[in-house]
Amino acid sequence: MPVWVRLFLVLCTSWSLAGCAGRQSTLDPQGLQSEQILHTLFIFLAVAAIVWVAVVIVLGVGMVRRKRLADQPLDLHQPFEERTGRVILGLGVITTVIVLGLSFVSYAGQRTVFAKDENALTLKIIGHQWWWEVRYEADSPHQSFVTANEIRIPTGQPVKVELESADVIHSFWVPSLTGKMDLITGQKNELQFTAKNAGVYRGQCAEFCGLQHAHMAFTVIALPPDEFARWREHENQSANSPADQLGKQGEALFRARGCALCHNINGTMAGGQLGPDLTHIGSRTTIAAGTLPNTPATLGAWIADPQHIKPGNLMPKMPLQSDEMIAILHYLEQLK
Amino acid sequence: MSMAAEPNELRDDVLNGLRLSRQLEKVWRTPSGLVGALMSVDHKVVGRRYILTAFAFLLLGGILAILMRVQLAGPEKTFLSADKYNQIFTMHGSTMMFLFAVPVMEAFAVYLVPLMVGTRNIAFPRLNAFSYWMFLFGGCFLWISFALNVGPDVGWFAYVPLSSLQYTPTKRPDVWAQMITFTEVAALAVSVEIVVTVFKLRAPGMTLDRIPLFVWAMLVTSFLVMFAMPSVMVASTSLILDRLVNTRFYDSSSGGHPLLWQHLFWFFGHPEVYIIFIPGTGMVSAILATFARRPVIGYPVVILSLIATGFLSFGLWVHHMFVTGLPQLGAGLFTASSMLIAVPSGLQIFCWLATLWDGRPVYRTPLLFVIGFIVIFVLGGLSGVMVASVPIDTQVHDTYFVVAHFHYVLIGGAVFPLVGAVYYWFPKIAGRMLSERLGRWNFWLAFIGFNVAFFPMHILGLIGMPRRVYTYTADMDWAHLNLLSSGGALIFALSFALLLVNVIYSLRKGELAGDNPWNASTLEWATSSPPPPQNFDRIPVVKHRDPLWADNESLPVVAGLSAERREVLLTSLAEAEPQIREASPEPSIWPLLAAIATTVFFIGSIFTPWAVLWGTPPMAVTLIGWFWPAGSKEDEE
Repeated sequence: MPVWVRLFLVLCTSWSLAGCAGRQSTLDPQGLQSEQILHTLFIFLAVAAIVWVAVVIVLGVGMVRRKRLADQPLDLHQPFEERTGRVILGLGVITTVIVLGLSFVSYAGQRTVFAKDENALTLKIIGHQWWWEVRYEADSPHQSFVTANEIRIPTGQPVKVELESADVIHSFWVPSLTGKMDLITGQKNELQFTAKNAGVYRGQCAEFCGLQHAHMAFTVIALPPDEFARWREHENQSANSPADQLGKQGEALFRARGCALCHNINGTMAGGQLGPDLTHIGSRTTIAAGTLPNTPATLGAWIADPQHIKPGNLMPKMPLQSDEMIAILHYLEQLK
Repeated sequence: MSMAAEPNELRDDVLNGLRLSRQLEKVWRTPSGLVGALMSVDHKVVGRRYILTAFAFLLLGGILAILMRVQLAGPEKTFLSADKYNQIFTMHGSTMMFLFAVPVMEAFAVYLVPLMVGTRNIAFPRLNAFSYWMFLFGGCFLWISFALNVGPDVGWFAYVPLSSLQYTPTKRPDVWAQMITFTEVAALAVSVEIVVTVFKLRAPGMTLDRIPLFVWAMLVTSFLVMFAMPSVMVASTSLILDRLVNTRFYDSSSGGHPLLWQHLFWFFGHPEVYIIFIPGTGMVSAILATFARRPVIGYPVVILSLIATGFLSFGLWVHHMFVTGLPQLGAGLFTASSMLIAVPSGLQIFCWLATLWDGRPVYRTPLLFVIGFIVIFVLGGLSGVMVASVPIDTQVHDTYFVVAHFHYVLIGGAVFPLVGAVYYWFPKIAGRMLSERLGRWNFWLAFIGFNVAFFPMHILGLIGMPRRVYTYTADMDWAHLNLLSSGGALIFALSFALLLVNVIYSLRKGELAGDNPWNASTLEWATSSPPPPQNFDRIPVVKHRDPLWADNESLPVVAGLSAERREVLLTSLAEAEPQIREASPEPSIWPLLAAIATTVFFIGSIFTPWAVLWGTPPMAVTLIGWFWPAGSKEDEE
């Protein structure tokens, strides 16, 4: 990458890195694909900048230069007309060459970005109004598990996400890692990407999908391969059994108050499929599809009145006594 | 030139001067009174209403834009609820595209094309009146629905399955889909009129290579409308059928497919952009020639560019679908075809730059807007080249980068020329000049406000902000640029308020314009301002591409049309040689009644399929009334 491109990158990223929700920026590439795309983008940007400046200069000079005197509008200078005609056609040819050249640059970039690796780690992501179901599928069912709104991947290894939708069209987009791809009803799409560096990257639905489209985010956490393997091993296991009395009470309430009708918690009687899987909710960084950080306070506020935080989502407001709420929260927090 | 006179018929070759003017005015004027006004088939009256209505919708759409900018000025604002916001951005897009941008361009064409080609009225004037009423009723239908909280909320693109009955079980998408039908009927009608007017009603001698560039632009646009709009009508009608009578065009569980919608919609939706932009280029060419004080360089190049743009615009709709999982090679080809359209657009820009280079520019407000157009539009075109690239598009698609891009193209490419055109043609339409002082303020506020509002959106898109979000969380670091953008939007809105003030002030107090205040070259400036009902006392004869510059003393004319009934002169398609005199329809109330019957039919069919059955007889009755033979004389050689 040329020096000036690097310099520009540094300038841009210093701007975009200030956020603490994880990075969500095309200008902050952390994956092989996003880097390639940014490279293509800069070539286009450079050409565009040169063309635009040239046009504005010609326009400006054309406006201020001293003009040939003429009495009336049809008093034209024939040699000028002919010369100009040739210049215009010449510029037309140059324009054609430029756009064809850019088409090739674009196609070369496209081939790199969409290159496929057969040995990629495969995940299935299913879009719901308005959250993400993430399925880690392996040959052995013991190695398969389901989570939501948070995707952990190993660094340096190609990851293939298979994209489907449970309802309307959504779009999977983690700009720091790669470009987006739609999740289309009745169609299977896929997208491959490789994270270069460990880190937390924010993603967001990019296709308008109804009332709460704005609150349909997710997190990608890229881990070093050994750490990823440990996490996967742990995630495969069923939920922790509550260690204390309050936790046991919470588990019972989770079933008694209807939570279990929609949410699944592996290793318990809770087997609902409508809402996000909560087997390891305690270890996730956000709740409500990236809307809030996962803390006891926010989780409590969410359970107390989900329609206030994200109007229109499917989770109903459950009438809970405060001691019941404390028990349920305590239980959920233990589900690490 | 004179044609054999018949006994007992008063022709315009036996009358002269004031007597001729008075006689023709009596024949061509719109009947007085409210009913008379509703009967009008004068292209200038209908055109003026069309322009005013379209600008009223611009005002409404603009207010929505400001509401959205207030909501987005900071993170997690609760100024608008998610539901209101989704309705508002849908209404903003639908209003601007279907009720403002396309109609306002056609409105200018309805007013100007007959004058520019030197005829007395547009072809099919009753259809023209019908078209206006359909547009008005369709627009009111949409906005009344919005006021009743039934405004569409699925985006101006209404993607299925979100807009299907299953996911939006309200009437909102039906309102959207049927508004499309209204405006498409109106647009198709105008397009047919424009094509026939240009092909058959041109003044004698106005050969194809003497047609003004604005008229060429509207001709190409009209063809685009005819080929593009049926696609969206098919799409929206299938959507209504899916919703109303359980057809399964878009239902993937029964063999339909949601991507069918996207193909049909964008096969219309991309040419739509050029339907809005090409008239803008026509306005630019007209304004530039007048204020650079010389004809536009490369007349044939400009025309061929317009036609090439028209053809190419049908071959690049897929670039709206690069992230739907298409085959890679196919997507790559659409990258090339999308970028190629930069060539004809570029050629036109080069012609305009050369015109300004060689011209002796007079910097009045219309020219300022044209210069603003070049600066903004070129930037928008270049960001368009970026989004045409598949890899870049996978990042910027459906982000604020695209929002920035298409506002640069559409506001830069169409609204700046349009406001320039308002300053340019207002004297012709109203008879008075707009204030130059306010005009300059208007331009600078618009230029600065526009760039402050929309340039930051490029960066917002690149740093991850998706479109169509009603809010964003505080930790996303988008707040500053959004606030800046909202500030710019207010300045931009102010510039339109100034335009409104200028129009209202100048209508009463403006300097009188005279026939040709700008010393322009095309035929609309050869008649009085505002033009009389008959447009011209005698039909001009065109011997030059810039008739008023070539014959600045007196324009040659042809006589022999009837002076006691409405008659227009038909000429041949290529050489514009006089062929026959043809009767032009009298004012009639039937187009309005037909539009009312059609409106009842369209709106009723949202609620019950039976409306299609019961709605047809009233329409048939009004059409019979409309076409009832009036016993007018046969056309003659």
